[in-house]
Amino acid sequence: MFFTYLRRELRRRRKAALVVASGLALGIALVIIVSSVSSGMSKAQDKVLESLYGLGTDMTVTKAAAAPGSGTGRPRFEFDAKDGDDDATQSTDRVMVQGFQSLAATTVDQVGKQTGVADAVGGLSLTVMKVDGQFKRGEFKQDESATTGGGGRGGPGGGGSTQPQGEVQGGGASFDVNSYTVYGTDVTKQDLGPLTSSKITTGRTFKTTETNAKVAVVDAAYAKEKELSTGKTVTIHGTKFSIVGVSTAESGDAAANLYIPLQQAQTLADSKDKVTTVYVKAADSQQIDSVKATIQKNITGTTVTTSADLADTVSGSLSTASDLASSVGKWLSIAVLIAAFLVAGLLTSSAVSRRVREFGTLKALGWKSGRVTRQVIGEALVNGLMGGVLGIAVGLAGAYAVTAVSPTLTAQLGSTGGGAGRGGGMGGPGRQTASKALDIALTAPVSLSVILMAVGLAVAGGLIAGAFGGWRASRLRPADALRRVE
Amino acid sequence: MYTLQGVTKQYTRGKSTVHALAGVDLTIEDGGRLVIQGPTGGGKSTLLQMLGGLDRPTAGSVELDGVDLAKLSEAKLTKVRAENIGFVFQSFNLIPTLTAQENVETALVPLGVKTSERRRRAAEALDSVGLGERLAHLPSEMSGGQQQRVAIARALVKQPKVLLADEPTGNLDESMRDEIMEVLETLWKEHGLTFIMVTHDSAIARRAPRLATIRKGKVTITENAAA
Repeated sequence: MFFTYLRRELRRRRKAALVVASGLALGIALVIIVSSVSSGMSKAQDKVLESLYGLGTDMTVTKAAAAPGSGTGRPRFEFDAKDGDDDATQSTDRVMVQGFQSLAATTVDQVGKQTGVADAVGGLSLTVMKVDGQFKRGEFKQDESATTGGGGRGGPGGGGSTQPQGEVQGGGASFDVNSYTVYGTDVTKQDLGPLTSSKITTGRTFKTTETNAKVAVVDAAYAKEKELSTGKTVTIHGTKFSIVGVSTAESGDAAANLYIPLQQAQTLADSKDKVTTVYVKAADSQQIDSVKATIQKNITGTTVTTSADLADTVSGSLSTASDLASSVGKWLSIAVLIAAFLVAGLLTSSAVSRRVREFGTLKALGWKSGRVTRQVIGEALVNGLMGGVLGIAVGLAGAYAVTAVSPTLTAQLGSTGGGAGRGGGMGGPGRQTASKALDIALTAPVSLSVILMAVGLAVAGGLIAGAFGGWRASRLRPADALRRVE
Repeated sequence: MYTLQGVTKQYTRGKSTVHALAGVDLTIEDGGRLVIQGPTGGGKSTLLQMLGGLDRPTAGSVELDGVDLAKLSEAKLTKVRAENIGFVFQSFNLIPTLTAQENVETALVPLGVKTSERRRRAAEALDSVGLGERLAHLPSEMSGGQQQRVAIARALVKQPKVLLADEPTGNLDESMRDEIMEVLETLWKEHGLTFIMVTHDSAIARRAPRLATIRKGKVTITENAAA
């Protein structure tokens, strides 16, 4: 009788059932969409971080930022302003260690020995700045009219009447400044570091034996710009490197334009046994914070940046959308869900009120309160499940629509206050890539756990609605119900 | 057998107290037939509720076969209603979503009767009130008289000791009224029930062998040897 009665009630009161189910469906769909968009955001953020860090890196160790202003490491470009008509092109380049801060290579081993560290690998990030162009000396032209006029414009010692009067004309410089990044990678440990976020699309990656070989892997975008390809050579600061492979960043921008073996990079930058960044993989991804604390405590003068720290520096529309999803979206779905639960509860309760005579009659016929209550809860539960199915369908459609549209979000890295100002908050290449922007397509993946959560919510919604109605039904007395007949 | 002694029922309505029943003493023999009549608000329905175990008196006892319904727990009182008392209401009180047969079955549900047995007995009961062809009809597909017959079948399907009817013809026209009264009287005679009916209808009251007139909570019994 329970199921017959249930089926008949739901069929006859389709409209009321649909209203309750729709309310719950709205809440559940919103939860699914917000959760999936949220997980899409976090996926997008992971991609952004991977583009900086590479896969598998849990944190980076860099030298703690020194007080700015010393300027000792800053490059100077010197050009001769040659006499006469010599306007031949002059060219000079400087290899700089990114951020002008480096660590001793021994730090890599030190970090590797810390408790909780599974692996550590060092890398040297360089910026090569090449300036070439012409420098033309200006010509002095005497101002003939001024010889009699005295006083004068230009010329040193304007007060002396015996000095020739005139001005320097012409002259000037035309320079082209070209800057690119080079990353010295430890070819013996290629499973950590920035190169892991790129895929070798042509040629090959480094061999582990090429610790000091003059070989290079070039980023695809840079290769296209400079018309480089495997088999060709590229000259960095006077040294020729054979290009063995072309890599393509899997998301966003590549960590560097060129990758060369670490030792070569150290030689180029005159930074023997130096690294800029130590990439660390923790033994347990749940223990990252404690590993960070251990490294910072045991190795002084370093800054440890975890992916969580780095995530804080991500701004732009990705960050805004992420904030929206996690704050507004979360609260909105909770609010809608609570409202849906309450509405479902109140509608069920009011449905019971309209059926006072019906339930009173059943009690008069000898139905126990529990049986009547079960009937009411059963109906509410089915309504809840219908809402769940509807909500999951709408939620999946919404998530699918988001993925299909794939709105592009921009992630601004490290622009929220400047890397150095944040005490070296950006690790490794992040330091110099401050303010770089990445475009990430947003997806809204729906996981099984989200679906299970939706089913749970549907059941919970049904039970809450049932509790309202059941409580109301259990309080009915048969006599109260029949009194309304009069 | 019903034995009522000093039954009083008071309700509080706002600041005033309503004495619906004011010390009712009444005995109803097994198989007896009693018609309760009286003005509106005189306490007819309250008395019927006491007899049916739907409500408890403020004071006094309502004994059915020696068991005081006023002192039973809610669960036991529910059991008494399920096993011994059949109700027929003025507005039929059928479940609108269930068919005639299923409505009749609802009376057998608390007795734990198996589904197949329940269906068979419900069909028989409907057949006995002349609705054997209407088992699958919904209440909305039937006339008032037919709905009341379904309600009567529901009241009698469990073979109760007592049949309580609260203005069973109140919502019916004259021809239907006679039809329903005929059905009820026939069943009363066939089943040997104790039949207690509240009515406003003087014509019906005149035909009753025993008439309880209730005014201001007090009952006066009139025996009608001619009926």
